[in-house]
Amino acid sequence: MRVALFLTCVNDLLYPDTGRAVVTLLERLGVEVDFPAGQTCCGQAHYNTGYRHEAEPLVRRHAEVFAGYDYVVAPSGSCVAMVRENYPRMAERAAAEGRDSGRGLAAAAAAAVPQTYELTEFLVDVLGVTDVGAYFPHTVTYHPSCHGLRMLGLGDRPRRLLQAVRGLELRELPGAQECCGFGGTFAVKNPDVSAAMGQDKIDNARSTGAQVLCGADNSCLMHLDGMISRQNTPLRAVHLAEILASTQEHPYQTPETAGKIR
Amino acid sequence: MSGTYLGLPSFPAAAREATRDGQLRANLRHATHTIRSKRATAISELTDWPQLRAAGAAIKDHTLRHLDHYLLQLEEAVTAAGGTVHWATDADDANRIITALVHATGHTEVVKVKSMTTQETGLNHALAHAGITAYETDLAELIVQLGNDLPSHILVPAIHKNRTEIRDIFTREMTHWGRPAPDNLTDNPTDLAEAARLHLREKFLTAKVAISGANFMIAETGTLAVLESEGNGRMCLTLPDTLITLAGIEKVIPTWQDLEVFLQTLPRSSTAERMNPYTTLWTGTTPHNGPRTFHLVLLDNGRTDTLADTTGRQALRCIRCSACLNVCPVYERTGGHAYGTPYPGPIGAILTPQLHGTTTPLDASLPYASTLCGACYDVCPVAIDIPDILTHLRERITQGGPTTRQGQKTTIKPAKRHRLEHTTMRTTRWTLQHPTALHHAQKLATHTRKLHPKNPPGTTTKAWTTTRNLPQIPPTTFRQWWQQHQKQTTQPTQHTQQAPHTEKAQPAHNTEQNELTPQTPQTPQNGKSEKGQQNEKGGRQQ
Repeated sequence: MRVALFLTCVNDLLYPDTGRAVVTLLERLGVEVDFPAGQTCCGQAHYNTGYRHEAEPLVRRHAEVFAGYDYVVAPSGSCVAMVRENYPRMAERAAAEGRDSGRGLAAAAAAAVPQTYELTEFLVDVLGVTDVGAYFPHTVTYHPSCHGLRMLGLGDRPRRLLQAVRGLELRELPGAQECCGFGGTFAVKNPDVSAAMGQDKIDNARSTGAQVLCGADNSCLMHLDGMISRQNTPLRAVHLAEILASTQEHPYQTPETAGKIR
Repeated sequence: MSGTYLGLPSFPAAAREATRDGQLRANLRHATHTIRSKRATAISELTDWPQLRAAGAAIKDHTLRHLDHYLLQLEEAVTAAGGTVHWATDADDANRIITALVHATGHTEVVKVKSMTTQETGLNHALAHAGITAYETDLAELIVQLGNDLPSHILVPAIHKNRTEIRDIFTREMTHWGRPAPDNLTDNPTDLAEAARLHLREKFLTAKVAISGANFMIAETGTLAVLESEGNGRMCLTLPDTLITLAGIEKVIPTWQDLEVFLQTLPRSSTAERMNPYTTLWTGTTPHNGPRTFHLVLLDNGRTDTLADTTGRQALRCIRCSACLNVCPVYERTGGHAYGTPYPGPIGAILTPQLHGTTTPLDASLPYASTLCGACYDVCPVAIDIPDILTHLRERITQGGPTTRQGQKTTIKPAKRHRLEHTTMRTTRWTLQHPTALHHAQKLATHTRKLHPKNPPGTTTKAWTTTRNLPQIPPTTFRQWWQQHQKQTTQPTQHTQQAPHTEKAQPAHNTEQNELTPQTPQTPQNGKSEKGQQNEKGGRQQ
């Protein structure tokens, strides 16, 4: 089984720890992971902001880079939803406008869509595991990001994985299914509403008394962590993959840019 | 808030004011969360909800595809039943027709019920201009009118007011419109309802002309339907001599049987009731019973232009239930006024720019008034894919393209204010298409990480850093780590030493219930996940 890590552009530069965690975790589970160096970005930011034409070359590139792998795994429900939901849609629209030769976008979408999995889907559905042998002795509350929740229908897979982590106490997040307010460029186009939504999410997370606010999309976490660090709140935003990669021998370490889990 | 939509700022500016109004946010939060959870319960009672949802979408789509046929059938049936049908191409046209109809009765006062479409055309202003006073009789509309305010919600127009605010409005304003509020009025809901009842009863018993909207129009019989909760609509629809109904052309459905679907989905989606308390149906006029004169004004006002757009046309399926408003996290923080039109929330963000076009700053800002979280699509009883239409409209704003305005096919140019954004998007796309350039840029970013200012200049970063810290760039990118990692894992000796990140799992903890042992992953057939998982993925299936 050849598995490619699709790391997503935000993770590569800003959250390399998440990528390392995915590799560590999958290799621990006996999966041979490759990281195709030609990958860049799925084009979601362009597409969602209204630049569909600008996103099309990225669709083709994405399909080329990940061709030939049995599975493509990404620690981001949002980017996986872009590939699975919007690539075919983009191909259809380009064809309707007479701009797709039939070998272009439609083929790219057809190649990229079937084997692309969000991390928790891959673990639960493909590898068939919910206990990945992790150890994380902290109280955690989980925010299911919108695209994973609604577009991919991840259901309780992330929570099942978290519940099997030793030492971890999972606390229910009030209003868990509400958006955190990131929304890609929404966060800068409508900063006041975005901040108001983010604040409510953080207040809800704090009300649980949890030490860690866990999510499976680093872009949502970037928005929330940006507010948390500004407010010096005793809460840390941590990607699910980093919790699952953590063991007693090699425990989770906060990045050098952040403080300890309090 | 003055009683006009004109001159409202674009969404982000209006939203800034709204998010700072603590009382408004508390009122909205309480109301939307209450109705949201009640709705979920009401929907869960029906085992065939997905089928009803699909049926509603199919009926609407079929009707829209054959709109010319059903509208003519409707006109014929209404005329045969003793009514008169008028066709209005736009808001001014509709207001002119209705003003003339009221003038012809010789009366200068009208009672009104259940008509967002008259909000869309600005009818009350047009009537006032012509010396005709319109009295809103829906309780929430009454509150809005007395407060010289605007509706903030499709179903609960006064959702942004709490009962103390309502008491103050009644006490202060009722006397200028008719029967004053009782002395020492409390903010007890029963007392408030009684004050409104006494005030409105005088209007119902004296009014000779009524203006209404319609929830549905049945083409085969020429029957119109209004669904409401208070009975005030029933008064308006039955007591006056003359009834004038203004309805958008998309409100038509083919048959009585089709109504069955919407009588189940609309009340549950809107008020979380199994059935709404009052359903009034009327067909033309009936001797000695109800209005003696009936006029139906059919409004286009951008609807056929919307119909011409293959992606956006599904917005015309909307049955105005407001479920999308009640789950929308953006609406919850801003209320309806920020949307600057009678149609707020997610549906307004896609409907208004289609009815108006996307050229004004407000209309161009509305498709961005969403995080694309998808909650609106999930609850929509006619399965309008609102997030998809939002991105489609954003594309029209940023990239221009073909559209239809006033029946004419036209190509619009990209909006000027997006020029800088367009350049940025093009540059980033180029960089993302050329990995070497991207990697150099990343390297540069990591090497200079200590030099990055905490609050860099520029409006975009300011929008981020006003409330949030920017993430600090780590010393190495993932790619750099991967190269090291690959070197280690490709050296055979490293394998035997079992580098920490490559060793196979040997959980050190209690493994009795541990599913994890180093195992050969199961490879499902065809590279697909197990069939059993498909149900869980049904979130976006219609």
